[in-house]
Amino acid sequence: MNGFGYLRPTTLQEAAEAYAAHPGARYLAGGTNLVDLMKLGVERPAFLVDVGALPLDGIEELPNGSLRAGATVRNSDLAADPRVRDRYPALSQALLAGASGQLRNAATTGGNLLQRTRCPYFQALDKPCNKRDPGSGCGALEGVHRDHAVLGWSERCVATHPSDMAVALAALDAEVELYGTDGTRSMPVADFHRLPGEHPERDTEIRPGEIVTGVLLPAATAGMPSAYRKARDRASYAFALASVAVVLRLADGAIEHVGLAFGGLAHKPWRARRAEEALRGAAPTPAALERAVDLELAAARPLEENAYKVPLARNLALDVLGRLAPAPAVA
Amino acid sequence: MTSENAPAPGSEITLRVNGKPHTLYVDHRRVLLDLLREDLGLTGAKKGCDHGQCGACTVLAGGRRLNSCLLLAVTLDGAEVTTVEGLGGDGEETHPLQRAFLDRDAFQCGYCTPGQLCSAVGMLAEAAAGHPSHVTDPAAPSGRPVALDRPEIRERMSGNLCRCGAYPGIVAAVEDVIE
Repeated sequence: MNGFGYLRPTTLQEAAEAYAAHPGARYLAGGTNLVDLMKLGVERPAFLVDVGALPLDGIEELPNGSLRAGATVRNSDLAADPRVRDRYPALSQALLAGASGQLRNAATTGGNLLQRTRCPYFQALDKPCNKRDPGSGCGALEGVHRDHAVLGWSERCVATHPSDMAVALAALDAEVELYGTDGTRSMPVADFHRLPGEHPERDTEIRPGEIVTGVLLPAATAGMPSAYRKARDRASYAFALASVAVVLRLADGAIEHVGLAFGGLAHKPWRARRAEEALRGAAPTPAALERAVDLELAAARPLEENAYKVPLARNLALDVLGRLAPAPAVA
Repeated sequence: MTSENAPAPGSEITLRVNGKPHTLYVDHRRVLLDLLREDLGLTGAKKGCDHGQCGACTVLAGGRRLNSCLLLAVTLDGAEVTTVEGLGGDGEETHPLQRAFLDRDAFQCGYCTPGQLCSAVGMLAEAAAGHPSHVTDPAAPSGRPVALDRPEIRERMSGNLCRCGAYPGIVAAVEDVIE
């Protein structure tokens, strides 16, 4: 590891200025991913701007009924917050399905969104990877790719986004809030992460020097039934092979609102817009749920080793949809 | 940019470890695990994977259980750290959990044990504070202490690997201190 400078600013302005003043700077939060990547040599920052002392560690209710979780709130604290557990159960469940107790105590809201893929080719300096080293090729496409993407991948990159939290946030219509020298802005979490396309080196829509300041959980989905389910190789402490977050409300026997997102299938949390469109207004019969999920997964293009992910994701989605929207009783 | 011969950037920090204050000049690359083992001679915390995957380096910092291999020491100025050496307090006493590990034969080679102990101490505090886990019933009331049955203990201790496979003894030892 190369040496690097370090600063722990207490204001956003100082942080953004320090980043701008130091070429090769990176923001450091919990460090569970960045420090690991520095040890591997994948990240070689010349300067670290520690965001740990910024005033971003609170969870606050806003007058309009939404809930803002600061960027440096620990994953464990966000998952345990009674307001999150009661109003956005899928988010609490997704956080608790990720990593280990120790890692959740360090990992932050902002860092979780910005974590890098765990694709082994990305993490190995002696392997080609367009995400780490643009133009070097994709080792996974014709290599070992059992854990890789089935939706939205490109010839340049077949990596998946590893977050559980972001999948729940995407389904819940959460927004990510950003601070930069040009001001503040926000965007849906579902639009924050990118598909790889020609530029897999860009994971998200964040601009250089911008800081994630928090996520906004909207009043609109507060209190709606929601749940997260994840399939992995062992019962605990493993990344998703496939996962699903569902937010669903019935009215008069029909689906009034539905948010459905998949994890482990793509370069980003995959918001299943086609399935949602098919479900909105429909009675939640098993046939209707199956048709909607199949419509979404028809876009899947499995690689040689990961075709199992399509039926796995289908079954996860049908299970959670079925639990949140019990089939109407047969007359 | 640092040239080949220039010293790597560092900073002076003060942290308390097991109740004792230490002021050190640390290379910014120094992680807490190496600071404890190399600079302070506290070799209880172990280096297993060095990537946050095995839990052998677990210590308590700021009241939380954390992987010390992934914590840059420079970020810990002013922090309070407890390692396995400090679990029993000032003297030579053993923590009740250490006693339970002995009684239950909760280890074979012992390499993961300091991390298991610190992790369990942190985990018991989390459950007492009402933190849910992946196996907690989502309908359980928020903010109340969570009762720890075997599935809860196993899930909450999943960040600590034991290659000898002493898990049944570890779970039994944790159950002993709950009862």
